[in-house]
Amino acid sequence: MNDRKMPIYLDYSATTPVDPRVAEKMIPWLAEHFGNPASRSHAYGWEAEEAVENARAEVAKLVNCDPKEIVWTSGATESNNLAIKGAAHFYAAKGKHIVTVKTEHKAVLDTVRELERVGFEATYLDPEPSGLVDPAKFEAALRPDTIVASVMLVNNEIGVIQPIGKLGEICRAKGVIFHVDSAQATGKVPIDLATLKVDLMSFSAHKTYGPKGIGALYVRRKPRVRLEAQMHGGGHEKGLRSGTLPTHQIVGMGEAFRLARLEMATENERIRMLRDRLLAGVKGMEEVYVNGDLEQRVPHNLNVSFNFVEGESLIMGMKELAVSSGSACTSASLEPSYVLRALGRNDELAHSSIRFTIGRWTTEADIDFAVKLIHERIGKLREMSPLWEMYKEGIDLNTVQWAAH
Amino acid sequence: MAYSDKVIDHYEHPRNVGSFARDEEGVATGMVGAPACGDVMKLQIKVGAGGVIEDAKFKTYGCGSAIASSSLVTEWVKGKTLDEAAGIRNTQIAEELALPPVKIHCSILAEDAIKAAIADYRKKYGEGEDPAKKAAD
Repeated sequence: MNDRKMPIYLDYSATTPVDPRVAEKMIPWLAEHFGNPASRSHAYGWEAEEAVENARAEVAKLVNCDPKEIVWTSGATESNNLAIKGAAHFYAAKGKHIVTVKTEHKAVLDTVRELERVGFEATYLDPEPSGLVDPAKFEAALRPDTIVASVMLVNNEIGVIQPIGKLGEICRAKGVIFHVDSAQATGKVPIDLATLKVDLMSFSAHKTYGPKGIGALYVRRKPRVRLEAQMHGGGHEKGLRSGTLPTHQIVGMGEAFRLARLEMATENERIRMLRDRLLAGVKGMEEVYVNGDLEQRVPHNLNVSFNFVEGESLIMGMKELAVSSGSACTSASLEPSYVLRALGRNDELAHSSIRFTIGRWTTEADIDFAVKLIHERIGKLREMSPLWEMYKEGIDLNTVQWAAH
Repeated sequence: MAYSDKVIDHYEHPRNVGSFARDEEGVATGMVGAPACGDVMKLQIKVGAGGVIEDAKFKTYGCGSAIASSSLVTEWVKGKTLDEAAGIRNTQIAEELALPPVKIHCSILAEDAIKAAIADYRKKYGEGEDPAKKAAD
């Protein structure tokens, strides 16, 4: 492992490294200040509780809410489960219908599927070809018995920013609880929960330079949103999520979100410049398609399909880069990206997609190296591709009778 | 995906990539798979005297193991008669390349490509005789 040169990391939407400033803040809360924040009878507990509350205030500040509205969880997956299942079960007497979008993260989609299994009904909206949700179509999908709607703020695969402001207004007017998964959004887009009509919002630390294994759920107090707890035990977090609080993780998330608040504006400018450099570098190539809207999108993400080249072989060909693909072959399921399919991209383009995500430690030199490598390897793989050959001969691939297997 | 060294070798140094000229004597083509499924293989064989495969070329759209499987079969079919080549089994390909279970379909596709190329040859030239001799008849 030691002598192996690691590839250039362009997969910041999978996870981010913990910022060294964050790691430094976490360390004293492991061996030195180890108290249980729930211990009310001595100073070990008091100091841990204070650290937890300071971190809670930092998370609240980034999204402009009351710290009392923040509940610690193990990450965005747990937050999504608690929000959607918790609200659906609490408000089950009011109705049984849930609305979400086909491009949501599996932590939302699979949670809604589970609720369907226990008797709820669900509508999975198609996004527009841009990846964005049309508010009019969203409104039309709400029924008198709709109790919960869930739409993510920033998509993990294509980086598009959903119009949650408008969607929130629609939900509020119709009395529907509105949940937003913001795992990919913190530190990338400003979030103001004082003006947004969002009732529940999920957060994760490790997508924003904090540690893995810690997240939070925002639960609105005015108007009050009620949830049924999914984790039972000692009644921590006002009974919404039992379990001893991991002080060091919480401190890490607080510091990561504090840094995000202070540095977001300048960092995003730099990242946008890098993304534009990458885009300019690949745009001139033949048969290259950007997936998802380019305007309503975080600057960190560039998702591109290189037609006639299969994604997994492309990833193998670019092993000097750590990127991810929407190709079937990189997943266990052998299905191409459900997100790209939901945009109406055909299977070939879904199989040919690569997601580049840029972050805090990406440099201009990294981008220039990546562009050079992409040109070289795409060229080599297209020389090897029968589809490229047919395309060059002017054959319309849609007219060919393929033997599906 | 952690691949065997053999897959990586074939992927990084594919053997016999390319296409024969369309009108070249004794050439037959097998094209299998579908773009929607994520792999398409084109295997061409050039059959010479005595129905022996003299040369083979491939082009493949697909994952690393699809490319490696087709690269490998171009090596294996060379020097074989059509009947011998038709006897190559996907299990041999999968074993040689140590393909993981989820990639077995790539070896099946490679076997299909050989069969398709042979069928194309027989359709064009008959039962595997020497094309030169046939032309002289």
